[in-house]
Amino acid sequence: MHRRHHSSHDVVLETKGLTKIFGGLTAVNEVDLKVHKHEILSLIGPNGAGKTTVFNVVSGIYKPEAGKVIFNGKDITGRKPHRIVASGIARTFQNIRLFPDMTCLENVMAGQHCRGTAGLFPSIFKTPAQRREERRIRETAERRLGQVNLGRVRDELARNIAYGSQRMLEIARALASNPDLLVLDEPSSGLNPRETEDLMVFLKALIEEDDVTILLIEHDMNVVMGISDWVVVLDGGRKIAEGLPEDIYSNDQVIEAYLGKDDEEEEAHGAAAEH
Amino acid sequence: MEQALSPEKKSFLKSQPLVVSVFVAAFIVYPFLVSDYFIDIAFFFGIYALLGLSLNIVLGEVGLFDLGHAGFYAIGAYTTAILNTKFGIPILVLIPISALAAALFAYIVFSPVIHLQGDYLLIVTLGMGEIIRQALINNPFDLTGGPNGVFGIDFPKIGEYFVCDSSIEYYFLIWAIVGLSIVGLKSLQNSRIGRAWNYIREDEVAANANGIDSRSYKLLAFVLGAGLAGIAGNVYACKLMVVSPESFTFWESCLMFCIVLIGGMGSIPGVLIGAAFISLFPEIFRPFAMYRMLIFGSAMILMMMFRPGGAWPRKRGAVAFRSLLEGTGRTDA
Repeated sequence: MHRRHHSSHDVVLETKGLTKIFGGLTAVNEVDLKVHKHEILSLIGPNGAGKTTVFNVVSGIYKPEAGKVIFNGKDITGRKPHRIVASGIARTFQNIRLFPDMTCLENVMAGQHCRGTAGLFPSIFKTPAQRREERRIRETAERRLGQVNLGRVRDELARNIAYGSQRMLEIARALASNPDLLVLDEPSSGLNPRETEDLMVFLKALIEEDDVTILLIEHDMNVVMGISDWVVVLDGGRKIAEGLPEDIYSNDQVIEAYLGKDDEEEEAHGAAAEH
Repeated sequence: MEQALSPEKKSFLKSQPLVVSVFVAAFIVYPFLVSDYFIDIAFFFGIYALLGLSLNIVLGEVGLFDLGHAGFYAIGAYTTAILNTKFGIPILVLIPISALAAALFAYIVFSPVIHLQGDYLLIVTLGMGEIIRQALINNPFDLTGGPNGVFGIDFPKIGEYFVCDSSIEYYFLIWAIVGLSIVGLKSLQNSRIGRAWNYIREDEVAANANGIDSRSYKLLAFVLGAGLAGIAGNVYACKLMVVSPESFTFWESCLMFCIVLIGGMGSIPGVLIGAAFISLFPEIFRPFAMYRMLIFGSAMILMMMFRPGGAWPRKRGAVAFRSLLEGTGRTDA
């Protein structure tokens, strides 16, 4: 297995022996992950492999039964989701979760919430500090909205914009918190090939422009192969392989996990792309 | 320029300052033109408007079902009644105290249960409202006077110079409070707190995952809503000079619920329309008084079917935010 060109001190996110149990089902079983700075790490695996559960534990929605989540050197295991966002991890959801009856701009402003401090009385009396902060929140949100090319729909309700735009809006909202780590759950799902292409270019550029690191769940093998620096494969809650995309692509164990033994490689692509 | 960009989104209130001024002027002139009877109707319109605004924070902004809001109203009214009759504390001083009492009560009761979702929380609020009413009837520590209530509540006054003892003064007292509340709530709507409430209403999981501490904000909504209801209770108590448990039944909570749903969740003009409907309708249609509940019920059903956003739904978009790109750069849109 190839080594990545990073030294160990620039690890952004690390999970150690992460385990999450639902009733009798071990959804995530002692998973170790290391995400390095400025890297795009893809988490892949068949349905039910535990990928989204890993995301939910990392972002604080679930508490793990065992193991640790270490972010920028700090143990954030079991912290509340809003505190995890404040510490610098922002996420999106597999089934887009926007605030449908609010405008696109308001949606993106949500990301800036944790960077504001105005309390009840400053908000009621609109103190100068509160006005400045509101202005900054709005400017950041508008910039993020522009970054995903949605400036023109800023005042539209989120429910009314196209599906592909909703995906990008969710990413803009996550970016609005100025995160160090962006956690994207199947960002290309439901996008057409052209939108997917744009997304890949966008994410690549983001690493440079915004000093972020990206952790990704992805089913589209073209995306995985196209942009990942490192790929981790989960199956049945366990990590079964990790490596460079091209190595994973031809890894027998991975193909087996997706399709069972002795299947054609072409089908492997097809099945993977379908999800 | 804005108009050219999105004419359909222009706020009615902003585009029609004349209409708004006429309304405000009419409100000021109104009590000088009509009899005390009609002034009192407008007074109760004001009480319901304040109660509607208070429930609107919880139900409209955050989307939490609260069918026990009359409980907070009762706490405000009884705090005023008891402290005024037993200790002679002036009514006006008791306004913030009543608000704090109701708010503190909401904080204590809802802290442990605020994580409950939808109908589960609804059941808690329902129970809370009834427990408060039953407690008042049972006359704990000989404070609440049982079913008869507390009477002999003073007029609001500042020393001896100003005594609020006529219908017209009460009318201005309640509408001044409603007016101030509207101004404050309007700023809140366009602040990070108001948005956080709306994010929670729209999708609580997404709100949490975007850095909103939903627990604190839900609790804040209850505390603030209870505080406003407590103020309404204060004014109600000094207007009637007597408070008794029968004024704070489940039916009152239902009326507040109707106000918000009929008017439009999260919409301040909507709440005023809803409150007008609830308080003026029974007066105008006296002969149909028997059918009041039937009519309110039907109105709610029809509203849900044909106009789920309410009579005057809150408008979003260009109204709330003027673009920085358009060079206005002001947050107080």
